[in-house]
Amino acid sequence: MHIASPRPEDWLVVRPEGLHCVPGDFFVDPTRPVERALVTHGHADHARAGHGRVLATAETLAIMASRYGPAFAGATQALAYGEVLTIGGARVHLAPAGHILGSAQAAIEHAGTRVVVSGDYKRRRDPTCAAFEPVPCDVFVTEATFGLPVFRHPDDRHEVARLLDAHRRNPDRTLVVGVYALGKCQRLLCLLREAGYDRPVHIHGALEGLCGLYRDHGIDLGPLLPATVAERAALAGSIVLAPPGAIADRWARRLADPIVAMASGWMGVRQRARQRGVELPLVISDHADWDELLATLGDVGAPRVWVTHGREEALVHAARAMGIDARALALVGFEDEDS
Amino acid sequence: MNRFAALLDALVFTPQRNGKLRLLRDHFAETADPERGWALAALTGALDLPTAKPAMIRALVADRVDPVLFAWSYDFVGDLAETTALIWPGPRDGARLRNAPPPTLSEVVEELRAATRAEVPALVAGWLDMLDATGRWALLKLVTGGMRVGVSERLAKTAVAGIGAVALEAVEEAWHALRPPYEALFAWVEGREGRPDIEAAARFRPMMLSHPLEDADLAAMLPPDFAAEWKWDGIRVQIAATAGERRLFSRTGEDIGDAFPDVMAAVDFTGVLDGELLVVRDGAVAPFADLQQRLNRKTVGPKLLASHPAWVRLYDILLDGEEDVRELPFDARRARLEAWHAAHRPARMDLSPLIGFAEWPELVEIRTGARAAAIEGLMLKRRASPYLAGRPKGHWYKWKREPLAADCVLMYAQRGHGKRSSFYSDYTFGLWSDGALVPVGKAYFGFTDEELQQLDRWIRNHTIQRFGPVREVEPGLVLEIVFDGVQRSTRHKSGLAMRFPRVSRIRWDKPAAEADRLETLAAMLADTATPAG
Ligand SMILES: [Zn+2]
Ligand SMILES: [Zn+2]
Repeated sequence: MHIASPRPEDWLVVRPEGLHCVPGDFFVDPTRPVERALVTHGHADHARAGHGRVLATAETLAIMASRYGPAFAGATQALAYGEVLTIGGARVHLAPAGHILGSAQAAIEHAGTRVVVSGDYKRRRDPTCAAFEPVPCDVFVTEATFGLPVFRHPDDRHEVARLLDAHRRNPDRTLVVGVYALGKCQRLLCLLREAGYDRPVHIHGALEGLCGLYRDHGIDLGPLLPATVAERAALAGSIVLAPPGAIADRWARRLADPIVAMASGWMGVRQRARQRGVELPLVISDHADWDELLATLGDVGAPRVWVTHGREEALVHAARAMGIDARALALVGFEDEDS
Repeated sequence: MNRFAALLDALVFTPQRNGKLRLLRDHFAETADPERGWALAALTGALDLPTAKPAMIRALVADRVDPVLFAWSYDFVGDLAETTALIWPGPRDGARLRNAPPPTLSEVVEELRAATRAEVPALVAGWLDMLDATGRWALLKLVTGGMRVGVSERLAKTAVAGIGAVALEAVEEAWHALRPPYEALFAWVEGREGRPDIEAAARFRPMMLSHPLEDADLAAMLPPDFAAEWKWDGIRVQIAATAGERRLFSRTGEDIGDAFPDVMAAVDFTGVLDGELLVVRDGAVAPFADLQQRLNRKTVGPKLLASHPAWVRLYDILLDGEEDVRELPFDARRARLEAWHAAHRPARMDLSPLIGFAEWPELVEIRTGARAAAIEGLMLKRRASPYLAGRPKGHWYKWKREPLAADCVLMYAQRGHGKRSSFYSDYTFGLWSDGALVPVGKAYFGFTDEELQQLDRWIRNHTIQRFGPVREVEPGLVLEIVFDGVQRSTRHKSGLAMRFPRVSRIRWDKPAAEADRLETLAAMLADTATPAG
């Protein structure tokens, strides 16, 4: 007698809290407090406080503790990349996503079917985290933050060279660069060091904690100094990193004749950059660009693709043109991060 | 092309004038001829290239990119050149570096100048393959002829003057005798050569422009200090003639003589004159629409010459023969103009009459009575003023008559450009005719950001259909449109077109059914079509 195996859409389902794995009774990146959560990475829209139990990489757990305090969840369990864990009727392992320190894809197997939830990911080299590993699967649940063919990120070394060129040409001005506090900040610091910039970089107070955390994980960020606006003159001619919210407000205007730069995948679209008052847009993204999204669909070889947050419609359209059975998952609560 | 692209890109992101000036100066100082000269020409609109229409760009991209993905991308980005530049599936960086170097700006300009219109698409596609995204964006800006990088002609000239020891005024005076790629200009400002010979050419002199008259101005002005003239609804021109050359320039110094052989044939003198180009039949000035038929043509056939005869109504003289009279006060120049006209009696030219008046109320009445199509209002010119280049304050005033108005219904909305590209800020509106709406015009929004946002929200919530960047909306919102006149039009289904329509306010209070009818607009046409007296 032949028993039809349950379809993945029957055991991995969208609930108001997020994506629910029924046989393991846990949620992936839930946006509301739940009893059991698997968290792919430490960005705030994926990693929230207040869950009963959290399963994640040790790095992600450390990031959550640093952001929310040690009591961010009832209990935590660290899972290393490649280590397999059985949760109820599901087998789970994590694979590097290449997005930020500790970021992981969740591979979930049940009834002979493997679903991989990518979380956020990128394919470029990043000195601050392990590189993305394609995991062959039956269903690939992918993000689509930059899911339009206008997003083709240039080589990050080219962007860093532009930053250093602007720095050289304006020796009396303060170059203030907007960076996402978790991931982008530390990656940009590493890229600056790789490009040979060894002077101290000033960082806004809001970035200090996570820079310290990256250093504790063995990532060398080079010499850092606090960016104290009171020392206006000392900051002239230096590079200052600050969270995106700070570059447009009074804090930045008190710097010495600032040039406002911003490192983000959105900076590839001039209008977006100009709306934020950015003078030097740097296209440095921690997400896959359009070509990489499509290449990844090929690499994982999944016959079925579910698209989560971002510009789902275009990626679904393109995946179908590749002969893939693709559809959009209506997940809510995720922001256009990397801003 | 890469240097030029980097310059345009930096200009777009540099808000302050001084920052733009520094970028331009560095570029002109550090870039070699002829590359910098072509850049200067591109920024000042002096490049005469077979331009590409947006439709051509769309066709090129449709050939390479899935149309559905392109439509979504265009909707997200909001600018055709930028969308195309970003989406163009050219070779990746590595592959590009292994291939031929990208074209220089000079190569692009020279090949485009030599190309026929039919050859342009293939040339552009080839370059798009060789350039990176910023280079592609700059190329598309160049071939579509819309730079929009916030650089005025004057700012570009200021930057050129700034690389050497030549005054801006001297550069401006010489400007219209110079041609791209401006090697002689750069040699002069860098002190390597003397000033280029500019006297032999029939060159454009920067025009004197007016300010709109505010009610407050009038209180401080004494009637005897001012001369009044009609403000004609044609286009401002300058006739420049030396012994060897004759030219007809538009307000910006563009040579439009080829389109007006009838006027040019009448230029049998030397001198420089300022006046209004019109179509005049049997002494009566035809509506602006008739003049439009003659504009933007490279050549003009005998039929059109006969049916739409051109005419210049003179109101100032800059060079009387070879003598520069720009320093003379208006009254003295007027006397010179009248004497000159009496002596030469050129065909197809007459003098714009002065309007006698003693007190302002008298003039107000004259202005109110001027409903003729050919008259936009009045000009007030200070009798003691010399002829000054540019828009100096306190000398010349334009005093347009009150605009006409109609309550129209919003029909379509389109995303704006530049800083408004994320809002629906271009509107097509219509009037009722037999129970249906007929489009009568298109306008941009001219109001506060808050109102723009309210309108944008209304549009998003009342969309019936979307066509790329355009949304069709329910007939539910009334816009008060003001305009300077009505003319017949074959382009509009209504057969009517407004002159200079703009949205004056949003009538949130008014039900769409109570908006104006097409007949109301048609009646205004009858009113404005009386020949000028
Ligand atoms: Zn993330
Ligand atoms: Zn995310």
